[in-house]
Amino acid sequence: MTQYNKKEVKTHKIGVYLWIWGLLFVFSFFSYMVDYLNFEGSLRWTLILFFMISKAALIMAIFMHLFWERYAIVNVLLWPMTLMLLFVWIMVAESEYTLLTRLFYFILGV
Amino acid sequence: MSRAIDKLPKGWSGLTSDFGSDQKTFKGMQWGKAMMWIFLLSDAFIFSCFLISYLTGRASTTVPWPDASVVFGLDVFGTSVPLLLIAIMTFILISSSGTMAIAVKYGYEKNRKLCAIFLLLTALGGVAFVGMQAFEWTKLIFHEGVRPWGNPFGAVQFGSFFFMITGFHGTHVTVGVIFLLIMARKTWRGDFEKGRRGYFTTMKSNYVAIEIMGLYWHFVDLVWVFIFAFFYLW
Repeated sequence: MTQYNKKEVKTHKIGVYLWIWGLLFVFSFFSYMVDYLNFEGSLRWTLILFFMISKAALIMAIFMHLFWERYAIVNVLLWPMTLMLLFVWIMVAESEYTLLTRLFYFILGV
Repeated sequence: MSRAIDKLPKGWSGLTSDFGSDQKTFKGMQWGKAMMWIFLLSDAFIFSCFLISYLTGRASTTVPWPDASVVFGLDVFGTSVPLLLIAIMTFILISSSGTMAIAVKYGYEKNRKLCAIFLLLTALGGVAFVGMQAFEWTKLIFHEGVRPWGNPFGAVQFGSFFFMITGFHGTHVTVGVIFLLIMARKTWRGDFEKGRRGYFTTMKSNYVAIEIMGLYWHFVDLVWVFIFAFFYLW
């Protein structure tokens, strides 16, 4: 067991982390600007989701070192998370149906 | 320096050979780190339950949802700036994630003092974040009258989702700060150099503990990225 062990863990140059730190600042600033400049409609949602996913990817890949990990752990983590996001999307789609039935009931009384 | 792990197959063939091997699947990964990842995955399940209930609750209500940029706006010298406090909190949490990543790096390089200093900086960022969140809650509860069952801005569900989600996240930050302080003390004392045994365990301390701490802290930041996008900007 010890033959795979730590001790000689490779580290990265500090610049890698400072770069990602800076990028996260830039992405956060832009996503704040989306609200500050009052972007509306699908442009707003697209930009918010784009910056959100970019930030999440940078944090997981570089700060949490997933980029350098073996595929075993990467796959164990990312597939359930993908399914979770799919579940979120399914439930949001379902809630539009709930809204529709509520509007029918409140307005038409049926 | 050649390591045993470098001789194992990489990429997709590494995936199949790791899962097909005996003894352990996650090669080269200390068990505590693998367990932290599994815990974080289960924590992600909890937060996604919140996300689902929030998004469906918001999308299915017939009453207009409160405008977050007005509710969370801040008056600066008479002009109202939307989401100012939230933006500052976001930058603080990202910065504390940056200092945490650097602390992990210095830990593995056995730079004891710099590692402890960056851990303390990270804890400081966490404290600032929780403090600003307490300020935000006070403002909403006492000055605006937001309650879990109602608020003056719109849909009644707003309060319950807000307090539940940001409260759960704030709890995570608080727990993280406590553990960061414990880790900073252990690091400063040189536990990881001497391999001093932990309080709850007979196993020897190792700088992997700093990376495990880092995984938790980055996850807290990761959750905030989603809260920031879906709750405050949406």
